[in-house]
Amino acid sequence: MWDYTDKVMDHFLNPRNVGYIEDADGVGEVGSLACGDALTLTFKLDDKGRIADVKFKTFGCASAVASSSVLTEIIKGKTLEEAEAITNQDIARELGGLPEQKMHCSVMGQEALAAAIKHYRSKGKPAHEKPGKIVCTCFGVTDEEIRKVVRENDLTTVQQVTNYCKAGGGCGGCHGEIEKIIEQVQGDKARAHAAAPPRPKKLTNIQKIQLVQQTINEQIRPKLRADGGDIELIDVDGNRVIVAFRGMCAQCKMAEWTMKDVVEAKLREFVTDELFVEEDRSSQSTTYVHPQENA
Amino acid sequence: MNGDVIYMDNNATTKVADEVIAEMTPYLGRLYGNPSSMHTFGGQVGSKLGEARARVARLLGCQPEEIIFTSCGTESDNTAIRGTLEMLPQKRTVVTTRVEHPAVLSTCRQLERHGYNIVEIAVDKRGRLDLDMLADSLTDDVAIVSVMWANNETGTIFPVERIGEMVRSKGIVFHTDAVQAVGKLPMKLSELPIDMLSMSGHKLHAPKGVGVLYVRKGTRLAPFMLGGHQESGRRAGTENVPGIIALGKACELAGANIEEENTRVRQLRDKLEAGILQTCPGAMVNGDPDNRLPNTTNISFEYIEGEAILLLLNRFGICASSGSACTSGSLEPSHVLRAMGVPFTAAHGSIRFSLSRYNIEEEVDFVIEKMAPVVHRLRELSPFVTA
Repeated sequence: MWDYTDKVMDHFLNPRNVGYIEDADGVGEVGSLACGDALTLTFKLDDKGRIADVKFKTFGCASAVASSSVLTEIIKGKTLEEAEAITNQDIARELGGLPEQKMHCSVMGQEALAAAIKHYRSKGKPAHEKPGKIVCTCFGVTDEEIRKVVRENDLTTVQQVTNYCKAGGGCGGCHGEIEKIIEQVQGDKARAHAAAPPRPKKLTNIQKIQLVQQTINEQIRPKLRADGGDIELIDVDGNRVIVAFRGMCAQCKMAEWTMKDVVEAKLREFVTDELFVEEDRSSQSTTYVHPQENA
Repeated sequence: MNGDVIYMDNNATTKVADEVIAEMTPYLGRLYGNPSSMHTFGGQVGSKLGEARARVARLLGCQPEEIIFTSCGTESDNTAIRGTLEMLPQKRTVVTTRVEHPAVLSTCRQLERHGYNIVEIAVDKRGRLDLDMLADSLTDDVAIVSVMWANNETGTIFPVERIGEMVRSKGIVFHTDAVQAVGKLPMKLSELPIDMLSMSGHKLHAPKGVGVLYVRKGTRLAPFMLGGHQESGRRAGTENVPGIIALGKACELAGANIEEENTRVRQLRDKLEAGILQTCPGAMVNGDPDNRLPNTTNISFEYIEGEAILLLLNRFGICASSGSACTSGSLEPSHVLRAMGVPFTAAHGSIRFSLSRYNIEEEVDFVIEKMAPVVHRLRELSPFVTA
């Protein structure tokens, strides 16, 4: 069971400002049914440009409802400039905290507010496509959105990014790209703060194996296939990665060169510098099916 | 009613029966001996274990020597799959289904990372297994087929007898995870084409921490736990004596109550399901209504989210569970409902009620009464519902 604060439960059980303002000045819609949570936020301004009324409708769990509800309380009476300064952390803090895996609920609130303000400023013109390019296709999250949560919440791992904006929580195919974004943002931050912290990310064994497999699939195999070869991951034992060449590579005189300069280099680049690669010769006798013939 | 809670989450775990507690208590206290000891004080415990083994065998319809006690259903599943592969190193394929319990699925996915070929058989909209796909998958390379007897989320029952015949006719080992089926469905393993079967104590009113792997005589299996000679060398480790004795008693009770599970409990489930479908618009049942455990119903409520439903039910002391993503901390809804192609509009709002013989009709009436207002309240909050 989730460890929700009393304030989260209060806002879930007694949500404030539920509804939809028909003649709203700003309308923000984020999330979707597929994602498992969605929020529609509507507001109306008074003649001094302050948020006079705000209402929400939310599909989602207790923390999604509570984040939406508390957001409406926070922004009521504020100017749009003041409201714009609110971050997802302000929402979570106002609730007395959210479980880490539920932080994406606070992000959804902040995004709905931003969308509603943008809608108002574009004078009711249909909202543009989200800025940036889609990184996580499962949940439709863009690189801009990932950069924003990484920067504002000082995130350092893919799992954290998933907790905050869902990116990477589906098929996992974008983990490499998310890592690059994290490195980039954290790198920028570090440069900005001069003292650059080292980035020895401690991988668990399973993470390491997954990353090795992913690197082989995405970085190494396509190169070998181009030459009619293939590679198979046999085992990962500590920092020793055992692979077997298939197809053309198995008989290739250049295999040793390929091993060091392609396989090991790529694995060191994408996984960790400490890896070294060995070829498993015992498995060479297994039947080889040429990938192209197989397809 | 049973105290303050209305417990309808029996596929998660069950109340330990009073008779079971009475049976096991002496072995938590004064009869603490080790059954492997040479003295009478320990030895008397050993004979009690023998009685428990016989009771379990009676419920399953097999020989006592075919029972291996484990720590849980998950251990039994792991042992069956890994122990078989170890005995058949030349075979590199495991066949299972897309809707298995994580105990089987996660094991298979790890094996896949170690180079095994894993085939996951698909299901249709009602959760019924694609038997044609299964037949096609049974190649010479298959070491073991693991298919659950009944699904924990929807209660859908798979035709294990037919599957077992298909599998064994090819000389392949057949294992079934029957954690949800034992005690709810009568079975006689001596007459069924099943090589191995997993069960768990805490799903049938024994405490947590004890399970069983049935291994048909003659089935080759490498042990998973190594150490002592317990369980005839098939599962090392000092026996969980109180747990095993409790499980024996629970199996005896289950045998006596299996008729009630299929009559009175089934009627309560049917009443609950019909009542909710009648009072709550946009509700639908997931699973195969023709082949289903008598205690389980899985109902989707469109456009609302499962965790929110559970928390509101919890305020009335009603215990159920959900296939929603939010209840697990993962982001995707139940793999079972997704495999069945249940649309996202409904998968996130799925609630499983699973009853037991301890439920009474007043509780069912109470849940029906509370469900409609809960659904209505969340629909009012939902942006996907326009009044």
